[in-house]
Amino acid sequence: MTKITFIQPDGESQTVEAENGLTVMEAAKLNDIAGIEAECGGACACATCHVYVDDAWRDKVGKASDMEEDMLDFAFDVREGSRLSCQIKVSDAIDGLVVRVPAKQF
Amino acid sequence: MAETISIAPASSEGGGLIETDAVIIGAGPCGLFAVFELGLLDIKAHVVDILDRPGGQCAELYPEKPIYDVPALPIVTGQELTERLMEQIKPFNPVFHFSERIDELKKQADGRFHLVTDAGTEFIAKVVVIAAGGGSFTPKRPPLNGIEDFEGKSVFYSVRKIESMRGKDIVIVGGGDSALDWTLNLAPVANSLTLIHRRDEFRAAPHSVEKMRKMVEDASVRLMIGQVTALEGADGQLTAIEVKTASGSEKIPCTAMLPFFGLTMKLGPVADWGLNLHENLVSVDTERFETNEHGIFAIGDINTYPGKLKLILSGFHEAALMAQAAQRIIYPEKKVVFQYTTSSSSLQKKLGVK
Ligand SMILES: Cc1cc2nc3c(=O)[nH]c(=O)nc-3n(C[C@H](O)[C@H](O)[C@H](O)COP(=O)(O)OP(=O)(O)OC[C@H]3O[C@@H](n4cnc5c(N)ncnc54)[C@H](O)[C@@H]3O)c2cc1C
Ligand code: FES
Repeated sequence: MTKITFIQPDGESQTVEAENGLTVMEAAKLNDIAGIEAECGGACACATCHVYVDDAWRDKVGKASDMEEDMLDFAFDVREGSRLSCQIKVSDAIDGLVVRVPAKQF
Repeated sequence: MAETISIAPASSEGGGLIETDAVIIGAGPCGLFAVFELGLLDIKAHVVDILDRPGGQCAELYPEKPIYDVPALPIVTGQELTERLMEQIKPFNPVFHFSERIDELKKQADGRFHLVTDAGTEFIAKVVVIAAGGGSFTPKRPPLNGIEDFEGKSVFYSVRKIESMRGKDIVIVGGGDSALDWTLNLAPVANSLTLIHRRDEFRAAPHSVEKMRKMVEDASVRLMIGQVTALEGADGQLTAIEVKTASGSEKIPCTAMLPFFGLTMKLGPVADWGLNLHENLVSVDTERFETNEHGIFAIGDINTYPGKLKLILSGFHEAALMAQAAQRIIYPEKKVVFQYTTSSSSLQKKLGVK
């Protein structure tokens, strides 16, 4: 199991255990993390699973694909560490990952 | 989000009063298949969708993604499924009314239904099939404080008349085809036009991007890389916006803003038609898929009943049973005979294969 921490805009943090192979979005939904809406169910078609990857984890998590970048155009307040959590796969390599939930998903 | 899909609508009209057997609200896969099932029973249908093309979620949200659970099609993309359905329903000549939303639906004294679209087209129909899916596709509202107050007055998600924008200081936000098309169309009438996008890369068609770049060069358009963070103004009239850029923050005076952040599905007018709803879905029975109003049916993602699954194949089944019930309303005298398309010469004649 891989640990992922979600930090809410008000600073509240929640650490969950996720099965490898799931996506970070799925891990959030399974654990009822507030602020991850995921309207399209992980199809990279809605941008409502937007998160900010913590600085320390950016290299490990990697960059968004072109398709994901296009979809990030539909997210609000996009920053350096912006990713769509449905496009990040859970694996041992990101054990301990910290992501921030944006204040608004649209 | 799909911004290029080329399916020619069967036909289209605008305005006026149209009398028909059935009006289908929504041209998603279930609405399209309803045309087929109704057609086999000699029921003529008009189909209305707020999108500018058929396919609903399949066309708007995932045209290029594969679907694996449509029976007998081991793999089919959202767009392909839409195209195949359009081909399948062709023999029945449905009339499409795209870019129109059904706003009103009322029962008349004669038992028929009166429907009105946001563009003023009116229908009188014997039955109504609500195939509205997750609701009508609606532009996403940027979560900027107080934006509601400006909507319709100085913040617009679409423009019906270019002239209405003449002389304004316009800000357009986004990087897709809508943002670029409106930039190209409005720059000639605007006093000033600023295009704001979060990055210097655009999803829009390359030739529009090229044209936009030319306009930036000759200074008829200003391109800003950044994101809108706040609105300023009073009584619905925008006076400036705050933009966060790589180098800090800048205030742009403006009198109109057009944000293009894609579409989301909102239940919309369906909620106002006096139908029994359960958690924003229309309650139906599982024999006819009829709502609490006799003659109004609901199929596909929009309906709910015990055991409901939001799957395309379930919506197809619902369309078949709905059509049988609709037939009893439209042709009460007709003896209902069950027939296979494989062997019935009368069905094959309708399909144009005999
Ligand atoms: C990313 C993704 C992947 C999916 N994968 C699958 C899959 O593999 N298998 C599967 O079976 N299903 C899948 N689905 C679900 C499937 O797409 C839906 O079940 C299907 O689209 C429902 O069809 P529908 O015709 O009921 O509604 P929709 O496709 O939602 O279409 C409804 C249409 O009605 C229009 N409308 C609504 N209200 C009005 C109004 N008042 N006036 C005018 N127009 C209106 C809307 O604009 C819309 O175009 C997926 C969905 C998504 C988002
Ligand atoms: S869930 Fe829709 S883009 Fe990630």
